[in-house]
Amino acid sequence: MRKFKNPMLVLFGLALVFTSCGDQKKGNSGALTSNAAEKVYVAPGEHDEFYAFVSGGFSGQLSVYGLPSGRLFKVIPVFSQDAEKAWGYNEETKPMLNTSFGFVPWDDSHHPDISQTNGELDGRYVFINGNNTPRIAKIDLTVFETTEIIEIPNSAGNHSSSFVTENTEYVVAGTRFSVPVPQRDMPINEYKGNFKGALTFISVDPEDGGMDIKFQLMMPGFDYDLSHPGRGKSHGWFFFTTYNSEEASTLLEVNASQNDKDFIAAVNWKKIEEYVNNGGGTKMPSNYAHNVYNEETHTATSTMEKEVLVVNPTDVPGAVFFLPTPKSPHGCDVDPSGEYIVGNGKLSADLTVHSFTKMLEAIEGKKYDGDAYGIPILKFEDVLAGTVSQPGLGPLHTEFDGQGNAYTTFFISSEVVKWKLGTWEVVDRQPCFYSVGHLMIPGGNSRKPFGKYVLAMNKITKDRYLPTGPEVTQSAQLYDISGEKMELLLDFPTVGEPHYAAGIAADIVKERSKKIFDLKENKHEYGITSDADVRVERNGMEVHIYMSMIRSHFNPDNIEGIKVGDKVYFHVTNMEQDYDVPHGVSIIGANTSELLIMPGQTETFVWEPKQPGVWPFYCTDFCSALHQEMQGYVRVSPASSNIDLSWSLGE
Amino acid sequence: MKTTINLKMLVGCFCMLFFLSSCKNETKNETMTSQTEKAETGEVKKQGQAFIKDDESTPNVLNIAIGSPDHTTLVAAVQAADLENALVNAGPLMVFAPTNAAFDALPPGTVEDLLKPENKNALANILKHHVTPGNYSKDFLKKFKKLGQANNQNTTVEVKGEDVYVGGAKIVASIPAGNGIVHVVDKVILPPSGE
Repeated sequence: MRKFKNPMLVLFGLALVFTSCGDQKKGNSGALTSNAAEKVYVAPGEHDEFYAFVSGGFSGQLSVYGLPSGRLFKVIPVFSQDAEKAWGYNEETKPMLNTSFGFVPWDDSHHPDISQTNGELDGRYVFINGNNTPRIAKIDLTVFETTEIIEIPNSAGNHSSSFVTENTEYVVAGTRFSVPVPQRDMPINEYKGNFKGALTFISVDPEDGGMDIKFQLMMPGFDYDLSHPGRGKSHGWFFFTTYNSEEASTLLEVNASQNDKDFIAAVNWKKIEEYVNNGGGTKMPSNYAHNVYNEETHTATSTMEKEVLVVNPTDVPGAVFFLPTPKSPHGCDVDPSGEYIVGNGKLSADLTVHSFTKMLEAIEGKKYDGDAYGIPILKFEDVLAGTVSQPGLGPLHTEFDGQGNAYTTFFISSEVVKWKLGTWEVVDRQPCFYSVGHLMIPGGNSRKPFGKYVLAMNKITKDRYLPTGPEVTQSAQLYDISGEKMELLLDFPTVGEPHYAAGIAADIVKERSKKIFDLKENKHEYGITSDADVRVERNGMEVHIYMSMIRSHFNPDNIEGIKVGDKVYFHVTNMEQDYDVPHGVSIIGANTSELLIMPGQTETFVWEPKQPGVWPFYCTDFCSALHQEMQGYVRVSPASSNIDLSWSLGE
Repeated sequence: MKTTINLKMLVGCFCMLFFLSSCKNETKNETMTSQTEKAETGEVKKQGQAFIKDDESTPNVLNIAIGSPDHTTLVAAVQAADLENALVNAGPLMVFAPTNAAFDALPPGTVEDLLKPENKNALANILKHHVTPGNYSKDFLKKFKKLGQANNQNTTVEVKGEDVYVGGAKIVASIPAGNGIVHVVDKVILPPSGE
């Protein structure tokens, strides 16, 4: 202590330390990784700048992450049952997973896209496609829950989906596998000329977001891989990559790679819309599910639709054209200006970029190179804007930063390559760890990307994290793209396989996020708004419990008169009107998941008691200081007993 | 007054400690960074899937080439062209691997020229012309007339009796790999010019 008697000395010492630190920092600043940690650090309690909605692939769900931190906020159940949130387990959400094939508890979720107004993200909804049993889901970003799912008839492998037009007029779903339309028993080897590829345009109600299939364009039997809407000058058009223009039905890895060029299909949907509005198209008998979750009844309904409007492309001259594009193109990406359409030929080493202006000129001049099933094929040279020559191996997908640059993923050479629109020169490349699939720039599918970060989604991680046996996680990698060179900042694991993602500035979304459901507005058939309505009713062997829950008890919490063989419905209303106070409930032996009930919400689970006894139930979500006291009993008597139904709390 | 001074000193000491320790951290960071830098410049090839230690999986096409005494020229060429990481990808990859003798049969000086750093792109182009995205046995290759190679050019497939020739090079052996297949060939397959 004596050493520091003179406060000046202390100051001097401090100054020294300061200077030496400053020097060290200088030495660091040129290093690639020097401030990566700073750039992704979001201090505890602070918010991220962006939401990233990352598809779950074979998990069937949609994960919500913050960027740049890579923190996971929520996994929104979409196509797969989720016991954590009772999705597809409680009586209210089971209808959401209904299809023409019955209850389907899983799907393969692929390409999320955020709703737009005037070509910019408006943050109202996220749409995502179910690939296996073709469906499109809508997630409402006031509640971050799936509120609508529509099945897509005449489709199979719903892959070139679910991308939205500039004003969310349509969300589009294209079939990957062509199939007989209508489905019928026929020899597989008669595929050619007989199978069809349906491109489905689903209108979205500007007020309530309600989805409805406006029309299906019945295209030749190719595989429709990915798609993106035109924007700006090309608004009104939609572009789809195709492969297997050979129409092979077996060993596609050989037989679908015979043609040097497949096509990008350019669809003038405004023209078809006009045709349909004037009575064009054919109503075709069909059967597909349309499932809607109602926020007031907290309940979903499933309606089977019986008809779909089908349009034959040759009936609308000037509406559909083919743009030859080399070698089984995968990603089909349109730049923010709407001028450039990038075909990522996954077996080509080059990237092909078409010009919308040149396409219109070629159409105007009727310069066709023959046709496919009556659809005019434009000449490759006439529509080509340029080629990015040998940027990497196995191009898959391109996004844009809004500053004249494009970023393409290469699966085989495992890298992101930055190149310039117009000059087609490669500017920078960064490795991905490993085998990158798609990538995402927030706002990437819009006129106005937020060109600050790119998120690359990797299929393979091998040694990147601590090993977890043969199955290891997929990953996402965040690169800073604000400078000339890309900089890898962060590497984080994902839920399931991230096929694609959609990102948006958090400010657009977060203020609209709901905190509770208004109990007074609860219109659930079995919901209650006050403890005066609590009751148990018997209807034959069905018993309905109208139960409330509030910190820290159930009402009723003692129930007698239930018999073996009864079907007992627990309709449980969370009476809380306080943010972030959900309650859960389950009972011993229930053959379903718990319920997780938000304030003001009612949910239902079914319990079929099999043995006489006194069986406890309890709150499964730590709700309060007296959470452990939040419990109750149901007395179950033999089927033959004649004990009256009774219920109570605190008696 | 005394208390104030003591307090000042304490604060001073605390600050010193704080800065000292933060400096220590930075020093550590610097060491780490400089190591990374070294990896970025000097040993850039040590990063990526090609360098994962894995004794359990079936050897990939790169492992097979590295393990073969007949392919030392090919391996040297792959390393010179920085193509290791492309060969360990999930693929599937079919590699036509010319033997050392095949490289020796090229006009004198050709290999030496290609291995020069300024010819890295030309070398990569030739090597990529030996790779097909796919995994087909020699027998199965008889179904093909041509193959689309990774350098974006096509090569021919010809069947003569029991033999299969790819781009004029005869398949003399085939070794299945974890991520595809290696067909050993007796000639270097030169990319067609002007295609």
